[in-house]
Amino acid sequence: MRAGYPNKILPYILILPAFTILVIFLYYPQIEVFILSLYRVALLGLRKTYVGFENYYRLFTSPKYHYSIEISLIFTISVVIVGMAISLALALLANQKVRGARIYRTALIWPYALSPAAAGTIWLFLFSPTAGLVNYFLETVFGVSPDWIGNRTLALLMIIGTAIWKNLGYNIVFYLAALQNIPRELLEAAEVDGANAFQRFRAVAFPLLGPTTFFLLIMNLIYASFETFPIIDIMTKGGPVGATNILIYNLYQDGFRFFKTGLASAQATVLFIFVLILTLLQFRALERRIHYGA
Amino acid sequence: MEPEAVVVKEVQTRLKPRLSPRAVKQIKVLLTHLALLFSIFLLAIPVIYAIIGSTQTTAEAYQWPPKLTPGKAFLENLEKAWNLGLGQMLINTFIVAGAVVVGKVIISVLAGFAFVYFSFPGKGLLFFLILITLMFPLEVRIVALFDLVQQLKIGNTFYALIFPFVASATGTFLFRQHFRSIPPSLVDAARIDGAGPIRFLFQILIPMSWNAIGALAAIMFVYAWNQYIWPLLVISTKERQMIQVGLKMALQAEAGELDWGMAMAATFITILPPLLVFFLLQEQFMRGFGLREEK
Repeated sequence: MRAGYPNKILPYILILPAFTILVIFLYYPQIEVFILSLYRVALLGLRKTYVGFENYYRLFTSPKYHYSIEISLIFTISVVIVGMAISLALALLANQKVRGARIYRTALIWPYALSPAAAGTIWLFLFSPTAGLVNYFLETVFGVSPDWIGNRTLALLMIIGTAIWKNLGYNIVFYLAALQNIPRELLEAAEVDGANAFQRFRAVAFPLLGPTTFFLLIMNLIYASFETFPIIDIMTKGGPVGATNILIYNLYQDGFRFFKTGLASAQATVLFIFVLILTLLQFRALERRIHYGA
Repeated sequence: MEPEAVVVKEVQTRLKPRLSPRAVKQIKVLLTHLALLFSIFLLAIPVIYAIIGSTQTTAEAYQWPPKLTPGKAFLENLEKAWNLGLGQMLINTFIVAGAVVVGKVIISVLAGFAFVYFSFPGKGLLFFLILITLMFPLEVRIVALFDLVQQLKIGNTFYALIFPFVASATGTFLFRQHFRSIPPSLVDAARIDGAGPIRFLFQILIPMSWNAIGALAAIMFVYAWNQYIWPLLVISTKERQMIQVGLKMALQAEAGELDWGMAMAATFITILPPLLVFFLLQEQFMRGFGLREEK
């Protein structure tokens, strides 16, 4: 261990700015959200009545919230699984030793820098029935011109596609880094033993990608649950008839359009618990890796 | 197998040109190149189409079949987007993202420094209290944060967009990792030379850390630039709005049809700064990601 400076007060002064911000803008509002979830708030916060767990009861007996959970599950699972699978395939491709590999890598990960709002705007243009490339292609090849905004299933498919596309760069960065950390000798040894490319991937590379896959799984769950909000707000506004109304969009609508502060706070607390579980899982995984020195 | 079939098979094998292992390898390399180029093209199509769209007049954008060649209206569309208020929003976003990045770097360097070079009661607990916030998105406390900002009377100001974001678990963690990778003999040498902690920080540690600072700054700039839901809620006047919310405004059709050319020009303005940062600071990006994931 390194010898620390013996100063008694200075370290607290150094971490004071970080803690001031965290306490005021993070810990306090987080506790406040939980407290608000126990109240019925009316007249824009002027009248508060303590109602215990009534907001939670209303939430979990509401068909609208059930439907939102259902949509969120479909959306999140599709975005996470399909997104990670495509990313892994592209990372494996970009990890081949060919000339210009560095340029290829950059050309695969740049969409990372795009905002979800910009991704939503661009894909809305792409899927526009009157000006978009997608329907032009579908009309020419299959003779159909689907209504991506008005059809419930298609609208959900459209935002799933946009959300997957937007996060590919991020996933590829991490998969590439992990692939480059796999010792070449290990793969070469398997090749000498007669393993084909698929067997080498399944038996050697994939298990070694486990920690990265787990990390990305958690980050993608958070991405799909929260960071896709702008995509939905720009493309579908949760519609048509709630078909893309994922939990975070439902929270936003209840909290800031219908001003049901208590109900929105209960939803925020539910999501908080979800993130807390993910955080603890992530910490445990990190701990294990440090212990085993991986 | 019937005799005829055997003969046919024999002939087929003889006729098939034998490929040398070298040729097989070359074909594999060629296929890899083709697969990579195809994937890159497929990934880029939406953005290419958007850029083409940004050069077309409204009439051209609504042509059916769509016009796949660039038009001449790019500057005109850019001007329309600018006049919608996106120019001011661009400046606003630079100010806010810049302030967030500077604040985050300063606060994280100080905290990281405290956690590596001092031992003090409660250190482990305090570090845990910072680290636990690592993955909590703003959205899970947004209802109360919105109320708080109104109570502090900083609603509809840049302060509301800056202060909640300047403390960073990622940054603290990143600098803690970075400082730990610096040999302890350095601090011993500095102490023997009589340098106190503050002098050590400013004259030795920070000059050695520009790479880590660059990595954090690049990632945090993109993150701050891409904020959407918070400015959407907190900022109520167009003159103070952020660029991402400007996109939503650009998509609101004034009368009847949406002006795709203008909307795509607006998108172009919005994505250009973070893309430039990404391409110019690529190495820093990779390093930043690498440091973020504990190794």
